[in-house]
Amino acid sequence: MTITKIRVVAFGMIAEKIKTNLLELEYMQDTEVLLGYLYQQYPDLQHTKFSIAINKKMAVGKTAIPVGAEVALLPPFSGG
Amino acid sequence: MDRFERQYILPGFGKEAQHKLEQAKVLVIGAGGLGCPVLLYLAAAGVGTIGIVDGDVVSLSNLNRQVLFGEGDLGLYKAETAAHFLKAKYHDIKINCIPEFITTQNIKAIFSKYDLIIDGSDNFPTRYLVNDACVLMGKPLVFGAVYQNEGQVAILNGNGQNSINYRDIFPDPPTAYEIPNCNETGVLGVLPGIIGTLQAAETIKYLTGYGETLVDKMLFYNLLSHQAYTMELSKNQDSKKGIPSSMEALEATDYAVVCGDGDSIDWEEAFALLNKFPGGTLVDVREADEFPKLKGFKYQSVPLDLIDEKHQEWLNSELILLFCQSGVRSLKAVKMLEKHFPGKKIHSISGGIEAPDSPIYK
Repeated sequence: MTITKIRVVAFGMIAEKIKTNLLELEYMQDTEVLLGYLYQQYPDLQHTKFSIAINKKMAVGKTAIPVGAEVALLPPFSGG
Repeated sequence: MDRFERQYILPGFGKEAQHKLEQAKVLVIGAGGLGCPVLLYLAAAGVGTIGIVDGDVVSLSNLNRQVLFGEGDLGLYKAETAAHFLKAKYHDIKINCIPEFITTQNIKAIFSKYDLIIDGSDNFPTRYLVNDACVLMGKPLVFGAVYQNEGQVAILNGNGQNSINYRDIFPDPPTAYEIPNCNETGVLGVLPGIIGTLQAAETIKYLTGYGETLVDKMLFYNLLSHQAYTMELSKNQDSKKGIPSSMEALEATDYAVVCGDGDSIDWEEAFALLNKFPGGTLVDVREADEFPKLKGFKYQSVPLDLIDEKHQEWLNSELILLFCQSGVRSLKAVKMLEKHFPGKKIHSISGGIEAPDSPIYK
């Protein structure tokens, strides 16, 4: 059986807003589909800025998600 | 033997690397939770010239994390206190003390004296200003920031023409109330201790070419789980849109507005409004132990936590002006009060008591 899930890890206030730092989701083909799903499930995220990494590489714009990938949601921090 | 022997006998480091540290000129922005460990370790390592820029004074609630300061330093300038302490420890390094906040007006003159910039500030307007100036002036930037139990470290603009900068990762600044800082959410002192120490380590490695650095990478660290995550950064075409075209354009940019601080006004506008509306109220939303206090003006003190509960007090005020230390909490208070009093004139004072035009400097 092939792996048909993706792991989504969340940091900072993104983890707070989705109430976990790890999601296991059914496979989604690219970051746009994933964002659409996240915005629908967690409307709070629409008002939050964050960067996306796929397998630890920052993704800019619509980017394909490989099967079995780990996707990270990375917000900016300002504290010091 | 001298006091650097233990580091130059390290295989691969050597006297050559030590000499590079002695020649280096680094600027530390903010002598706070991040800046304190950065300063302690860079001075101990023998970095030849260290600038400390911070216009804030020490307050009691700083002491759990700002380990250069103690109870005897309350109310004193952080930059001066830190400089005094480091000068007393080491006679042969140059410490430049700049007890001012970094602004669009002073940034060019200050940055021009240094080879490398370390950001230990605590707000987005400063972080975007520092990033943009580093891009325009070609200075490497050792970035560090914390949020609750997590921290970030990166070396930005450290790779010549192809460098990644902060706006490649986060092109548009979040609004101030989107992401709170330490004063609002709390922090264990050791977290900025760890993140600041990582910034010091990355600075030493970058200056000497020792080991693999975080150039064009961002490390995320979680204090509670000890998990670390390193992301390889990428160029983003959107980043160019936000960076002013020149230092002259940067000087004319209002970073408070860029960072969505649109409900804010400056102190001059605040006093003009209070003259115009004698029934208006000025409110300090900081905790009782925070300094400096505003003197010579009539105002109320109601900490942010109590704003909702006490909002009835301002039912008849025709104008409510709120201020705090740096303008973040007062902006939150605006949002709270706008819910109770839609349509009322409610503003936050940009930059708070620490703003360059604050009456405490007059």
